[in-house]
Amino acid sequence: MADFVQQVVSGLATGAIFASLALALVLIYRATDVVNFSQGEMATFATYIAWSLMDRGLSYWPAFALTLVLAFIGGAAIERVVIRPVEHRPEIVIVIVTIGLLILLNGLTGWLWGAEVKAFDSPFPNETWDVGGVAVSVQDIGTLGVCLLTVLALWAFFRFTTLGLVMRAVANNPTASRLVGVRVGWMLALGWGLAAVLGAVAGMMAAPTLFLDPTMMLIVLIYAFAAAVLGGIDSPLGAVVGGLTLGVLLNLLGAYVDFVGSELRLPTALLVLLAVLLIRPQGLFGHAVVRRV
Amino acid sequence: MRAPAPSTILKFASFGAAVVVIALLPRFMGEFRLSQFTFLALYFIALLGLNILTGYNGQISLGHGAFMGIGAYVSALLILGRPGLALYQLDPPGWIPLGDGMTPVYTIPIAGMVTGIVGVLFGIPALRLAGVSLALATFAMAVALPTVAKRFDSVTGGGGGLSITLPETPFGWDISTRHWLYYEAWAIAGILFVAAWVMVRGRLGRAWRSIRDGEVAAVSSGVNPALYKTLAFGVSSFYAGVAGALLVIEVSFVNPDTFPVSLSILLLASAVIGGLGALSGVIFGALVLEFLPVYAQNPPLLPFDFSNQAPAVVFGAGLILIMILLPGGFAGLLRKLGGVFNGVLRRLTEGGRPMSVSSTRRNG
Repeated sequence: MADFVQQVVSGLATGAIFASLALALVLIYRATDVVNFSQGEMATFATYIAWSLMDRGLSYWPAFALTLVLAFIGGAAIERVVIRPVEHRPEIVIVIVTIGLLILLNGLTGWLWGAEVKAFDSPFPNETWDVGGVAVSVQDIGTLGVCLLTVLALWAFFRFTTLGLVMRAVANNPTASRLVGVRVGWMLALGWGLAAVLGAVAGMMAAPTLFLDPTMMLIVLIYAFAAAVLGGIDSPLGAVVGGLTLGVLLNLLGAYVDFVGSELRLPTALLVLLAVLLIRPQGLFGHAVVRRV
Repeated sequence: MRAPAPSTILKFASFGAAVVVIALLPRFMGEFRLSQFTFLALYFIALLGLNILTGYNGQISLGHGAFMGIGAYVSALLILGRPGLALYQLDPPGWIPLGDGMTPVYTIPIAGMVTGIVGVLFGIPALRLAGVSLALATFAMAVALPTVAKRFDSVTGGGGGLSITLPETPFGWDISTRHWLYYEAWAIAGILFVAAWVMVRGRLGRAWRSIRDGEVAAVSSGVNPALYKTLAFGVSSFYAGVAGALLVIEVSFVNPDTFPVSLSILLLASAVIGGLGALSGVIFGALVLEFLPVYAQNPPLLPFDFSNQAPAVVFGAGLILIMILLPGGFAGLLRKLGGVFNGVLRRLTEGGRPMSVSSTRRNG
């Protein structure tokens, strides 16, 4: 039983990382109506920036905060420079542009920092706490805590601030928002910036266990896709629930089902993704799309 | 009968010129260069298939590397042979044992067909997916295939992969194996190009395009989207399977890392750079895919080399720029140039009265 609880907690911690990246995908999906294939590479790039800052002697949390600021600026800049010109073009065009971004950022990361694997410090001590007979790793609790705090902060921003309200309005009805004087373009850039921040958090939380290399987030991105689709690609709550569920599910399957082991976790996530897309395409919390013919 | 437009004549002429160039090219290069051009042929085949699916039918695939991988594994397994493996033959009826393996060239159509069937099977659930969801599903497939290949190592040889021996030149022809593989690849590429051209300009192509441009309108005109979309998946993965089989025969080796997810991504990127929904640009997509990685890293005229990441940067930036500035890719550029060419030629032949072209056509 103790082992089971331990597996669940560690599943929640990986799930929180999936959830952050999935939420980033949902944010961009709601703002721009497109799935951002470069989300993982944006996160990896930000994590490398954090690594460089710490390499220059900054301690963890200042580097963390500075990275979030830089990620925000970078994300907003990407929207302004690259997405803006294709904003009103067909979906396939925007998808291909984000794939171009994926290739470009991956190449840039390798060019600037090299392809060799780097160790990334964790802010949390490598110890375990004894909670009612269950050994819980502080690392897991810390990861879960940071991710959930970020998500909560974001929720509060959207729920309680005027800017958050305006951004929700833009996602809901861009034309009407423009008519009442909202600068829709800048709101979209803001959405991309916030998504980049979430990705950076996910990257920095994943890096201590995955180790830093240019393709670090590619696999995480697939899990995040699966999580976002499971929860409903247009539902922020769904992304968080989907991420946590997927994290726990994969961890338990990997630990207790021999056939799956550690190798078939990814194909399992793929099966979840396919099953949801086929059986309930709108996900657990999403809205079914009704088309006028 | 109206005379064909000058650009149509130009099209056929350039196709003929391409055939001549391809036939004569091996005289001017060594084995290494030749191998690069064999790769060009198989990328060309894979991109033809991808263009049918994504360009003509509007279904995004980020998993074509995985389809190539399936074709490669099927071909390698057939070449190696497995005890108990057999192929049914109608005339005379009976089973041909394959325990000792097959001649490589015969495995190519089988690899194509098996991959085509896998494509159809994948295409059926994909019917419910469109746009981004389909891109996601195929992307996940491309990421998952290497891990699946590693896991089922009794069939696939696991991480070590499968090695085959380089085939001898068959039919007693007096050319080196590399030359044989080059001509084999380009002969198949030629056949599949013509097949693709016949498909996309006829009834099939019209059905595919009508679904891409508006599924509701296509249905109301009597096109069955389920049938034609699955068919596009099948045809497209047949092409990918053939390309994969050619690849494994050329490099004598396949393992899970031969078809990384980056290949799938670059295939789509090259298809876009060549131009979606047009066959004339496919060769440019293949040229970019094969030669850009070499020349972006070691630029031919500059005295220094770039990082080995430079190709990715150029590829990514190029893809974004093309989407923004030239959405039709190379094919779109060619079409524009063709239009200019037609106009200039008409003006010359009709003595500088460009307006008369449209007026005579309206009356006649």
